[in-house]
Amino acid sequence: MNNFISMSKKISACGLLVALAMIFSYIETLIPINMGLPGMKLGIANLVIVTALYLLGPREALLISLVRIFLVGFLFGSGMSILYSLAGGLVSFLAMMFLKRTEKFSIVGASLLGGAMHNVGQLLVAAAVVENAKIFYYLPPLLCVGCVTGILVGLLALRILPMGQKIIQNAGTL
Amino acid sequence: MKKNDIILAAAIFLFAGLLSAIIFFSGNERGSFVTVTIDKKVYGTYSLGENQDITIDTEFGHNVLHIENGSVSMTEADCPDGYCKRQGKISTEKETIVCLPHKLVVEIRGTNTDDGQTEEQTDGQTDEDYDILVK
Repeated sequence: MNNFISMSKKISACGLLVALAMIFSYIETLIPINMGLPGMKLGIANLVIVTALYLLGPREALLISLVRIFLVGFLFGSGMSILYSLAGGLVSFLAMMFLKRTEKFSIVGASLLGGAMHNVGQLLVAAAVVENAKIFYYLPPLLCVGCVTGILVGLLALRILPMGQKIIQNAGTL
Repeated sequence: MKKNDIILAAAIFLFAGLLSAIIFFSGNERGSFVTVTIDKKVYGTYSLGENQDITIDTEFGHNVLHIENGSVSMTEADCPDGYCKRQGKISTEKETIVCLPHKLVVEIRGTNTDDGQTEEQTDGQTDEDYDILVK
């Protein structure tokens, strides 16, 4: 199906999704769910990444994810926050790509593992920054939170995916 | 949505549950010292026995630790997120307060130096007997 989309269509689709992911990242900063757990958030930007992974492919999804992280980091964050998002984003992306490859899981499974692994990646950086393994005491709650938000995002993606496929099909035959 | 998704979610929750059970049942000894580490270097060790406020000003920022009745909390911090202030009071050896933007870790220690006497029986420890523990 990807063959139907020309290069320019693909680029514009990526640009669109980067913009969307950035908006989601911004919206997320407006929703305060501060429970004293570092790295805890809704992860709605992952909705874009996981959808792109299934809709366009791993290369495009990784590109969107990286561009989003750097743009959001430079706009609203700092050097450290880019490092944290980068670790979370990459670990989560690898996990999702792996699950998609196995073809034994749906987009919901990919999204929930992605959510959980995002937090694992961030904790790894945090543990490296302070060189203290006690930070991993935060792992169980963060795993659960990542899993729950990942399921919610995955269920949304499950509904969005057919619509996106329809759009791509129409664009291909236009 | 596939059956494997549910199995995966259950596996993650189970793993998290097991891990928290391990954490829950270990390191519950009330400590008597608190160690502050900033950027991997020990900044200071303080007794939990006396109520005091510790002001920490470094190149990373400003924090104030409050020690009262054997527990520690972060009462002031000028970090952007303020997570450390929301981590509440800590008093047992497994607990930490982490202020990531300031690379600051607050840990509870049983003894001033590491691996001194190991934990004795801790059955009858209630929340009130820190006075005895602190001596």
